Amino acid sequence: MTALVRPRTLFIGLGLLCLLASWLSLALGPVSLPLFDTLRAALRLLGLPVAGDGLEQAELILGQIRLPRTLLGLAVGGVLALSGVAMQGLFRNPLADPGLVGVSSGAALGAAFAIVAGSALGGVPEALGPYVLSLCAFLGGLGVTALVYRLGRHNGRTHVATMLLAGIALTALSGSAVGLFTYLADDATLRTLTFWNLGSLNGASYARLWPLLLVSAGVAVWLPRRARELNALLLGESEAAHLGIDVERLKRELVFCTALGVGAAVAAAGMIGFVGLVVPHLVRLMAGPDHRVLLPASVLAGASLLLFADLVARLALAPAELPIGIVTAFIGAPFFLYLLLRGRA
Amino acid sequence: MLRALNLHIRRGHETVLAEIDLQLNPGEVLGVLGPNGAGKSTLLAGLCGEMRPALGEVWLDDRPLTQWNGSERARRLAVLPQVSTLDFAFRVEEVVGMGRLPHQSGRIRDGQIVELALQAADAAHLQGRNYLSLSGGERQRVHLARVLAQLWPGEAGQNLLLDEPTSMLDPLHQHTILQAVREFAGRGAAVLVILHDLNLAARYCDRLLLLAAGRPVALDTPRQVLRPEPLKAVFGLDVLVQSHPERDHPLIIAR
Repeated sequence: MTALVRPRTLFIGLGLLCLLASWLSLALGPVSLPLFDTLRAALRLLGLPVAGDGLEQAELILGQIRLPRTLLGLAVGGVLALSGVAMQGLFRNPLADPGLVGVSSGAALGAAFAIVAGSALGGVPEALGPYVLSLCAFLGGLGVTALVYRLGRHNGRTHVATMLLAGIALTALSGSAVGLFTYLADDATLRTLTFWNLGSLNGASYARLWPLLLVSAGVAVWLPRRARELNALLLGESEAAHLGIDVERLKRELVFCTALGVGAAVAAAGMIGFVGLVVPHLVRLMAGPDHRVLLPASVLAGASLLLFADLVARLALAPAELPIGIVTAFIGAPFFLYLLLRGRA
Repeated sequence: MLRALNLHIRRGHETVLAEIDLQLNPGEVLGVLGPNGAGKSTLLAGLCGEMRPALGEVWLDDRPLTQWNGSERARRLAVLPQVSTLDFAFRVEEVVGMGRLPHQSGRIRDGQIVELALQAADAAHLQGRNYLSLSGGERQRVHLARVLAQLWPGEAGQNLLLDEPTSMLDPLHQHTILQAVREFAGRGAAVLVILHDLNLAARYCDRLLLLAAGRPVALDTPRQVLRPEPLKAVFGLDVLVQSHPERDHPLIIAR
């Protein structure tokens, strides 16, 4: 048997895991709240009639800091995992990563540009700062992905192998440009750049959250509608076409969803690696490769994983905070090697 | 009905297929023979719309193939490529079930059809197995079941194009699979099959198309096509042609 866990069991298990991760993410931090108080305060914030005596502090911390941070983690983790599934389907390779089409490096370039140019121009107005940064990151990701896609097109067809190589080349090019910005940056700017490159859910605010939530919801609704077509795409592009699928349109949608999703995630939380690679893999090990299960299950698994990683980032060196990208890479890279070597055995 | 009218196909500046006029008739099995590089797979790619004609047209029923929408076309035309590159651990019945994608026949009916198609391809015992754990020949039979499921149960107006469906099969399965293809055609579908084995072609095909260097050399019954002169001209092979002692189709023996 390939599928080890029934879809229903998997969804219930991952759903509970996701709830647990959210609960802990709301409760734990520099000021840890009692778990039960957290639950009551969270229910009150959702507008449910729960007695609120003695919960003022909890409600304040939750409403201002922990709830946006948790929502940010859920959205970033979910959309990164979804993008990973989309790219692994597009490249028909279980080791593909959302970064392959250049979206992460493009977003990094956009952000580096915003940080360094902003500081060189004497600083962007305080209130606009996060928006300019996010917007530049988002546009950078979209722009580089569009270029990679364009380079992969020939005679009205998209060649994914060419896209892959173009993605590698443009990632290297963006990397050198980010390096140049880093070289030109002064000390304070350098620190911002570094933190941004390593990713963090710190400083989550509703203002930065809404665009990401909208994009994530859009991608999470759209991709599962293509689940059966993604299954058929794994047979090969011409086989999928023989089954009546408009393969060019499907590839365009996959690239577009990934560019939007990863672009928005990076814009909101910086670069967070390995989630998009590892999560679809883990879910496939548990439930098999059928995208009708894989896509929704990856959303839940990715969201949970990112919240747990964020908990580690928050608590490992408390009260100081680790960038979450360090945590995901620290867990993700050895796991990737394990998958690689396991396949060889 | 699938028809090629004066079909020409170019790769770059080279014409790799020319002057193909061909019609697949309901219920017939049409074999395509020719040496390596003669344009057999190119013909198949042209007939299913994967490669665009440089000249000429392919028609499906009353319209050029290019004017059909994807699902409509897929319900009338299925293609089995020479090799498939599926690298994910689907279960066998999931792979075959992909053939039902162009249909909205519901999960229960799809499940029955998958079962029947697997039986037809002598692969029913592989159900529940991981596709990646199968041998080359088993995988080939699973993919045949997939394209059979795409057209199941098979009727006049449907077309099935097979590129060397027996290349990895043991001798017994070469016969059981071609027999299954014959039965499928018996229900009304038209089948075009690329083969290398002249004796299998003689036994299971109604008509044969002989290709050489991208051009048609002969298109006729096996008895007319499988004669020493055309075979010598196309394959450079000296053969004796006799009659099968029990079945009366031509039997080709290399000298």
